[in-house]
Amino acid sequence: METKEKNKLHGILAEFKNPAALLHAAETVNNAGYSKFDTFSPFPIHGMDEAMSLKKSKVGWIVLGFGLVGLFGAITLMVWVMSSAMPVSISAKPLVDPPIYVPITFELTVLLSSFGAVTGMLLLNGLPKPHNPLFNSENFNRATDDGFFLYIESKDALFSEDKTADFLEEAKALNIEKIYD
Amino acid sequence: MSKSYEFVPEPPLVQGNHTFGSITALIGGIPEKKTPKGWYLAFGMANILLLLLVSLLSYLVWEGLGVWGINNPTGWGWAIINFVWWVGIGHAGTLISAILYLFRQHWRTAINRFAEAMTIFAVMCAGLFPAFHVGRIWVIYWVFPVPNQMGLWPNFSSPLLWDVFAVSTYFTVSLIFWYVGLIPDLATLRDRVKSKTSKFVYGVFALGWTGSNRHWSNYEKAYMILAGLATPLVLSVHTIVSFDMSVSNVPGWHSTIFPPYFVAGAIYSGFAMVALLMIIARKIYGLEDIMTVDIMEKMNIIMMITGNMVAFSYLMEGFMSWYSGYIYERGIFWLYIVGPYAWGFWITMFCNVINPQFMWFKKVRRNITLTFMVAIFANIGMWYERFMIIAASLSTDFMPSSWAYYSPTWVDYLTYVGTFGLFFTFFLLFLRFLPMVAISEVKAGLPQADPHYYEEDEGLEGSNGQGTIVIQPNETA
Repeated sequence: METKEKNKLHGILAEFKNPAALLHAAETVNNAGYSKFDTFSPFPIHGMDEAMSLKKSKVGWIVLGFGLVGLFGAITLMVWVMSSAMPVSISAKPLVDPPIYVPITFELTVLLSSFGAVTGMLLLNGLPKPHNPLFNSENFNRATDDGFFLYIESKDALFSEDKTADFLEEAKALNIEKIYD
Repeated sequence: MSKSYEFVPEPPLVQGNHTFGSITALIGGIPEKKTPKGWYLAFGMANILLLLLVSLLSYLVWEGLGVWGINNPTGWGWAIINFVWWVGIGHAGTLISAILYLFRQHWRTAINRFAEAMTIFAVMCAGLFPAFHVGRIWVIYWVFPVPNQMGLWPNFSSPLLWDVFAVSTYFTVSLIFWYVGLIPDLATLRDRVKSKTSKFVYGVFALGWTGSNRHWSNYEKAYMILAGLATPLVLSVHTIVSFDMSVSNVPGWHSTIFPPYFVAGAIYSGFAMVALLMIIARKIYGLEDIMTVDIMEKMNIIMMITGNMVAFSYLMEGFMSWYSGYIYERGIFWLYIVGPYAWGFWITMFCNVINPQFMWFKKVRRNITLTFMVAIFANIGMWYERFMIIAASLSTDFMPSSWAYYSPTWVDYLTYVGTFGLFFTFFLLFLRFLPMVAISEVKAGLPQADPHYYEEDEGLEGSNGQGTIVIQPNETA
């Protein structure tokens, strides 16, 4: 691929045989001190987060934030409407009557929390991301089918075009491909 | 008694020695293949019914609610019956996708995707009825707290308003949950399809998903939280639907058993609908390896349990009407059994009390034809149950002088038939263009997805080196 050579090197992609091989490779790469690397698989692999020393996902905190907005938003809206914006006395029932707020408070908390879950997930993952140098690789299409890949970015402090490739070769990669952007 | 115990492995979830690649090809290949002729036929029929629905609803809006059979005292006729029925059907989808997920029931992966699709389309059908039943559909947005120049706000103490929030939240959350589940599979399709247009469209909706583990980590967390949110939600929706009735003081409605009774009934009819759709889909699309008879049996057990919960609720209703000592409650129960709608009561009894008992037999649970029949009767039974609750309770309420027999008109009948057009139009589009089984989840459930599966290859332990698929106990971390 001579045309591609002209572009900037973005990283090195290595394919591994199966989930176990990828897990071991991730451990090796992580122990070697690389930090800007990632693994790609058609499904989440058990133990991969530990192998890559990933921190716990922060999605939960975003959900909590959204959920609290839903919770207090719902209560505020209902109390304000029923007592001040449009107070209507129905069979002389109290204007502010907490039990009746339960169903809608619950629903709005769930609704906002689930918005939080999806926005949080997309935000933390940096999605939608239409352009990704990895899409230049024909072989990488199999990451969503039956391929197991490890990618080290050239931005990593330890990265060197030849040494990293050799290193991945030693980690029993099936094939190695340089990715240009 | 023998003291030796043997490890009995569960039957594998996916049969027929599949690999990751063959799963992708099996499920992902369906949207790529040429559209089958039968699909056009089914889609055409669904479109005709959809057209029927649109024309009848237009007629209703043009002419007014009088074209329906509702009268005084039966203000809630077929519209609300159909609404409760369709919402109930939707419940199985969320139960499968959320509750079974939290309980780590991996067999759900075979059916969760299209059960969720069924939920979304069933809730769409359901939502139509109360929306048109308000009579002035063009001001339906008044049910939402929208600031307006009249200074009007909805009455938050009304169960009907709670229902607006419950059903719209349910629809939105189900849609989000479904879409989040679809993202990795849309990426699979994006990477598979040849045509430029399809690649673009799948690519847009896949949002640039790559299968990165850093992404999976957040994704799995979000998915689990969504499942955790959808679990109380699915229980709350039918609870709030039952509040529409049980919060009022109509005899036959004013009862605390309604919420659990409604939820159990919803799951019963929903699983019946999933079973029906699954039996048809596995046959047409050759997915017998994934949607196995073992899974059908598990669904049938859930139908049996929830069916019996419903049967128990009928018993309790009868008991409470006597035990309460409340004359109107006794009266309405007596009228259910021998009154003008007794035929509906006995249909309900047959379909919801006797019918699920067939599932006690393993032969029936594993028989596709019999399951199909039981599932159809379950759906009929649950429709009649709502008919009894709504029409029979309203038409003979407190004062005999105000009693009136309720019967539907041709518009009621055909509108109901038309909702099947709406449902199947969307469902067939889904079957045609989207992966009907959660590809990534099925792969994650294969034994070879577990890194420990390969320990034998490297001679660490065990002697089974031929790659035979066996499910192994997985305590050694």
